[in-house]
Amino acid sequence: MSIGHTLLGLLESGPRHGYDLKRAFDEKFGHDRPLHYGQVYSTMSRLLKNGLVQVDGIEAGGGPERKRYAITEAGITDVARWLATPEKPEPYLQSTLYTKVVLALLTHRDAADILDTQRSEHLRSMRILTDRKRKGDLADQLICDHALFHLEADLRWLELTAARLDKLREAVTR
Amino acid sequence: MTIPAGSLLTAQDLRKAYGPTTALDGAEFSIHPGEVVAVMGPSGSGKSTLLHCLAGIVPPDSGSITYNGREVTSLSDAERSALRRSEFGFVFQFGQLVPELTCVENVALPLRLNGSSRKEAERTALAWMERLEVDELRKKRPGEVSGGQGQRVAVARALVTNPRVVFADEPTGALDSFNGERVMDLLTDAARSANAAVVLVTHEARVAAYSDREIVVRDGKSRDMERAV
Amino acid sequence: MSASQWARDLGMGIRFAFGGGREGWIRALLTAVGVGLGVALLLLTTAIPNALAERDRREEARSDHTFSQKVVPKADNTLIVLDTDTTFRDRDVRGRMLEPEGPRAPLPPGLSEFPAKGEMVVSPALKELLASGSGKLLRERLPYRITGTIGEQGLVGSQELAYFAGGKGLADRLEHVSGARIDSFGNPELVPSDPWDPVLLLLVLVVFVVLLMPVAVFIAAAVRFGGERRDRRLAALRLVGSDSRMTRRIAAGEALAGSLLGLVLGTGFFLLGRQLAATFEVYHVSVFPSYLDPSPLLAALVALAVPTAAVLVTLLALRGVVIEPLGVVRTARPARRRLWWRLLLPLGGLAMLFPMIGQGDDGGEFNQYLVVGGVMLLLVGVTALLPWIVERVVARLGSGGIAWQLAVRRLQLSSGAAARMVNGIAVAVAGAIALQMLFAGVEGTYTAASRYDVSRAQMQVHVPDGVELASTAEKFRDTQGVRKVTALAETYLADKRTDADSLVQVTIGDCAALREVATLPSCRDGDVFAVHGAQYDTDTARLAKPGKKLWFDSANEGRPGEQFSWSVPRDIRQAQPREDPTGTERGGILLTPGGPLPKLASFAEGELYLSLAPAEPDAYEYVRNAAARIDPMVDPMVWNSVESNSRYATIRTGLFVGAACVLALIGASLLVSQLEQLRERRKLLSSLVAFGTRRRTLSLSVLWQTAIPIGLGLLLAATVGMALGAVLLRMVNLSVRVDWPGVLSMTGIGAGIVLVVTLLSLPPLLRMMRPDGLRTE
Repeated sequence: MSIGHTLLGLLESGPRHGYDLKRAFDEKFGHDRPLHYGQVYSTMSRLLKNGLVQVDGIEAGGGPERKRYAITEAGITDVARWLATPEKPEPYLQSTLYTKVVLALLTHRDAADILDTQRSEHLRSMRILTDRKRKGDLADQLICDHALFHLEADLRWLELTAARLDKLREAVTR
Repeated sequence: MTIPAGSLLTAQDLRKAYGPTTALDGAEFSIHPGEVVAVMGPSGSGKSTLLHCLAGIVPPDSGSITYNGREVTSLSDAERSALRRSEFGFVFQFGQLVPELTCVENVALPLRLNGSSRKEAERTALAWMERLEVDELRKKRPGEVSGGQGQRVAVARALVTNPRVVFADEPTGALDSFNGERVMDLLTDAARSANAAVVLVTHEARVAAYSDREIVVRDGKSRDMERAV
Repeated sequence: MSASQWARDLGMGIRFAFGGGREGWIRALLTAVGVGLGVALLLLTTAIPNALAERDRREEARSDHTFSQKVVPKADNTLIVLDTDTTFRDRDVRGRMLEPEGPRAPLPPGLSEFPAKGEMVVSPALKELLASGSGKLLRERLPYRITGTIGEQGLVGSQELAYFAGGKGLADRLEHVSGARIDSFGNPELVPSDPWDPVLLLLVLVVFVVLLMPVAVFIAAAVRFGGERRDRRLAALRLVGSDSRMTRRIAAGEALAGSLLGLVLGTGFFLLGRQLAATFEVYHVSVFPSYLDPSPLLAALVALAVPTAAVLVTLLALRGVVIEPLGVVRTARPARRRLWWRLLLPLGGLAMLFPMIGQGDDGGEFNQYLVVGGVMLLLVGVTALLPWIVERVVARLGSGGIAWQLAVRRLQLSSGAAARMVNGIAVAVAGAIALQMLFAGVEGTYTAASRYDVSRAQMQVHVPDGVELASTAEKFRDTQGVRKVTALAETYLADKRTDADSLVQVTIGDCAALREVATLPSCRDGDVFAVHGAQYDTDTARLAKPGKKLWFDSANEGRPGEQFSWSVPRDIRQAQPREDPTGTERGGILLTPGGPLPKLASFAEGELYLSLAPAEPDAYEYVRNAAARIDPMVDPMVWNSVESNSRYATIRTGLFVGAACVLALIGASLLVSQLEQLRERRKLLSSLVAFGTRRRTLSLSVLWQTAIPIGLGLLLAATVGMALGAVLLRMVNLSVRVDWPGVLSMTGIGAGIVLVVTLLSLPPLLRMMRPDGLRTE
């Protein structure tokens, strides 16, 4: 996730102090990982240098956290361009799980067992997410759904692999 | 396998074949009151057959099923029917609501099968429909309601007799994910608060995630993941 | 829309009709059998007028004694024909004795040469009967040697019993018996053939309408069944891009396939039935297969009308249906059925029949179109009223057990389909009830109209002139099965020698015989009585005065010759009238054989009244044989009602068989649609069983589901049938009497069909209720 663009976007609704920015970010997007102050300052100074934001005013007492930032025209254009650019889908071509399955087959261990254990583990996370989703608000639900769908995708891959273990064994042990 | 203490319904070494196809090949199962257990596995693995055997719909070829201390396999067809009427509830994928009856009549059906008067049965039915937020459909026929609504009516029907065990076979199979989750929400909530056990057959992980634990059926054999870990 | 497009779509439908696997075949076959039966019946109907005309023509061609009194002098081209008709059990035997008077004597149709004396040529049916054990008694009566069979052109029906026997010296007998000297067969002065007996015409018309209507209803239902599966197929067609009109045409093609196959089967059935018809006798009328030749125009009309009707019915049935690519949608909620136009049909029918009430009396004629139209409208009215009644009644049916609730709810949702299923049965039952009432009524008059007192005598034998009465009576007394013989000789005396003003009847018999016709104070041989006060008798008191001279003229008896006087004896006594065995009171003078009857006795016509032993069923035949031994020209008359009763029984049996066949056919279609319905509900049934529904509950609900509409249908059918029967009886001027056994048996058969259908659908139902239905395929 581009923190720079996210902070820029948050500034579009009006000038804010650096401290406000961090709070707004944490509330909306930082469920699991809050921003460090240092990250905010370094990002803002980069944006300042590139002319995407400007300092709107400094409150008495100095210190970087007292600076109020406002977005520039160039900044607005930059946000628009970022939003309009589609994200590159993750390739997911490197998979630890796949490696484990192949190794198990090569060493004549029970690959189905690995898959079952992994399914169980995935389901455990999914139960937790489902539980949180049921108790949480809309934002929680959407975030959890995102994660659930990804886990589900993994599980589908697991089922498919489980169904094709025999063929895979033939292919890797040849 | 030893029967876990406090189990409501257990099965041991179930075997069942339909002609040349082996559906169950030594499957095991157990569930506690108030527990939601997902039965997972690829299609054709025998998970529906396991549910049918557990519910006393189909007698297994061999093996034992114990419900509340009673051996289900030694009951007669009539006794098993009576057991299903009074102690179990059912939700299927589709085709379960009688199209001619109104929704409330459908929900009231199991109560009437148990001998309740029509009026009383429909009053209780309506209470359950309220709980599943489908009470405004009471006068409609199943053909006139959406799939999600119909499935919630079916859930109300499964719960209306206060069953000890609800058997749900792909209850969301015909629904989109939004409606499917709504049905799962209501089903597991209602079952948990009534301390009813739920046997949930599904191939969808996100539906299985509403369970407390899962067992996996593959080639007619079951694997209890919690105990395996 | 091009014709080739039509043809292509219809052709596709035809392929679908037979390509549906076993089930598709069965459905197509069932449709075809239904249509086929209808077609066969239609063809038969169109052939009947031809057959009757052909019979008339042949009857005409072989007619021998004309009723015109033309006297043909003896020549080398004349033939003596004597009428020796007889009756065997309940069948008439046409008998003729022939004696050619020269080499150019005309041969009757069907004969290649004249039989010699003591020989006879017989019809195939008679030959068979004589050879069989049951014909032994008849063989005694016809002791001639069989030398050949009568050809088809000499007979009016395959089952006709007829013979020509040879004789000698027959000319002398012409005076006394029925017969003639002729120089040709056939009637040159064509008498316009008698118009049909209106009652018989009515029966025939009603029989055909009653048998055809359910078949028509069945055809209409038959082309509509298999609906759901067809709907799915049609939806699939829509999905791959056929438009809704094309789809309809394909559906019509499927119906067309069934009806075309039906035409083929129907022609087969007809040809088969034609051969079979030769072995049947209805109302003593049988036909040769070659008579049953439908007029080509009418046959072509049938061949065209049946498939057209099938297509039209299908298109009509699909009118309320929208076939979408993803399934078939019945137009949302069908409008509530309206009553007024449905009532209009039966009322219209009654209105058409009403003007003909009382017309069947004598010589009256029925307007055939009004009869057929009226009966049809009444019966169609059943099919129109039934859906309305089912809808209304079912909507009001209250709560009950679960089985009841399931059945009622299902009926409420699709009362139309339920009514359609039983329409055929209702129409068949209504028609059959009406027919039975008519038959029973018509038959009732045949027995009731007779005034003969069958408790006193059951047969009457007219003794021909020149045969001695007393010895003849003795012969009959010795005949097996005869209990009592009352022998009476009858003649008349006039008040003047010529130009008589009034006549008095004279009856001669012994005391026992006379007591059968009058109440005598006492009687010894030699007594003479005058009966005073008999109904319609005004002359006896005036003429039978002691000493009065009365005159006899043999010309009054149709014989040339003798006149003489007869004086009323002084000791004539009075007697009271009594109904004689023929049911009339006779007045006049009664003489005992010892009384003064110089020549009178030899001129009197002898009548024997025979009382038979009821325990001897063949007494009639023994009497006829005895009569034939005395003179082959004597044909004893039967007074009993046994004959007509047995005839009625055969018709009733025939009607039962016909109605039962039609009902069985409808039952079969009922079963098919029932099974189809159950199959569609397989999942539902399984899930109902899963949550503990008793099988009994579900079976019972299936029973209710059929029983409720059938019950309503039968109720309506009984009502309409009885109304129609009453109107028909009024038309032939008979008192209305409900034939309850008929009503009950017909409704019983209808109810039995339901039971059988339910029973037959139970095993598949139980199989479908097995949990296998829950497995997802």
